[in-house]
Amino acid sequence: MAAARTRNRPSGRRPRRRTALAGLPAQPLAGKRFFGRGLPYVDISDLAGTLVVVEGSDGVGRSTQVGLLKNWLEVRGFGVAETGWTRSVLVGETIDLAKEGHAMNALTFNLLYATDLADRVEHEVIPALRSGFVVLADRYIYTAFARAAARRADNEWVRALYGFAVEPDIVFYLKIDTRTLIYRVLKSSGLDYWEAGMDQNPGCDPFDSFTRHQSKLIREFDRLAAEFSFKTVDARKEVSDIQREIRESVAGLLHIDFTEEDRMIGLK
Amino acid sequence: MASHGLLKEHGFPGTLIVVEGIDGSGKSTQAMLIKQWLEANGIRVFFTEWNSSSLVKNATKMGKKKNLLTPTTFSLLHATDFADRLSYQVIPPLKAGMVVVADRYAFTAFARDTARGVDPLWVRDVYRFAIKPDLALYFKVPIQVSLRRILGARVKIKYYEAGMDTGLSDDLVESFELFQGRVLEEYDKMTGEFGLAVMDATLPITTQQQMFREMVRDILDPRQIRIAHHALVPPRTADALGE
Repeated sequence: MAAARTRNRPSGRRPRRRTALAGLPAQPLAGKRFFGRGLPYVDISDLAGTLVVVEGSDGVGRSTQVGLLKNWLEVRGFGVAETGWTRSVLVGETIDLAKEGHAMNALTFNLLYATDLADRVEHEVIPALRSGFVVLADRYIYTAFARAAARRADNEWVRALYGFAVEPDIVFYLKIDTRTLIYRVLKSSGLDYWEAGMDQNPGCDPFDSFTRHQSKLIREFDRLAAEFSFKTVDARKEVSDIQREIRESVAGLLHIDFTEEDRMIGLK
Repeated sequence: MASHGLLKEHGFPGTLIVVEGIDGSGKSTQAMLIKQWLEANGIRVFFTEWNSSSLVKNATKMGKKKNLLTPTTFSLLHATDFADRLSYQVIPPLKAGMVVVADRYAFTAFARDTARGVDPLWVRDVYRFAIKPDLALYFKVPIQVSLRRILGARVKIKYYEAGMDTGLSDDLVESFELFQGRVLEEYDKMTGEFGLAVMDATLPITTQQQMFREMVRDILDPRQIRIAHHALVPPRTADALGE
């Protein structure tokens, strides 16, 4: 934990030049808020941690960035917790099974994802924030908003549905263009039924469907970026350059200084 | 926000009949009797029950066993189950012109989830996709009566039925009384909000069934679905069915 590494400084003296290991604990940021109607039975006024969200298309490099960010924050002495889309204990498996069997429609799709996030918000995110951790969320409510909009679900409904979520302190949006994205996805994992939006374009060529669906999602993310003031990062840059940009913003958010060392930890 | 699905006509050729009420109110018995009667009259009926879709069955079971469920995730799992059944079990028969009898509907979620502590407006929003029943009948019964019926029939009250997860009381019976008391209050608030018809569920089974059948006939008549008067089962026969 960060607190264990805090050092007492004699007052009135200029702090010595900080080394990478001398990370200061996160300053509690202004009180957390729920995104919508919230959880009436949970008090979040005392959450001391910081919620950092990374959003962006499938295959854009989110998890790489989250991993590097986690590593750096830990070197700086912060307690870090990670949470990822559909990784809940409660319905993670159900979602995988339902996806395989293509048993979902737009309604159950949204509701299962909401259940997944609610489980993680209550059992992972809030407890970690309460203990002062920096929580890194690989995808958050905005992914649901973008997908719902791309599937023409009722926008207001989806936003009300996610009213239980804690508002993040910052959202990084890894922005990419469809063409670059396609090359990356084809090179790494190939096309996935849902990522290609095949549920909306039945019988369509998977490549065309992927292009159409991902372009729609990118348009929606762009719209959300403006609405919710995301910090947009150009995902076509080098991994380490993207990471440096993210670190610098997080350093600002946590009120810690950002040095040449911070630019290099774990990076080429 | 745009209008709630529960507040506008569904527009399908079929008829949706919903029974609601706390555990032990007798609503399932009444729903079963209505189904028998309609079928005996040559009407195609589809029956659907709360929390019965296979989509979230495992998650619900695991969540209960491992004590993972919170009021919100419990609520969302039920909503997912409801959405799945609505899409595959309720709307298709309604499109085909059938009568759908639903044992519990969205109102169960509004009553129970609110009693468990979720925001009453949030849970209403979650169910915006629901469709309005042609008849929603609320079987109103005092806690003591429902308790007596449940204890008489199967001795043990179920953990979640008693709202033991809410921590109202460590004693099963006391918890049941407190939790179901809250649920009752929520139902009472809803009768006006969603136009639920109220049935005095302390009346004899046959009397309730007689009244229920009259209500059903009233909504089927304008749809050109006629049920002969003599088809109304005389009290004694209905008694034999229900007990």
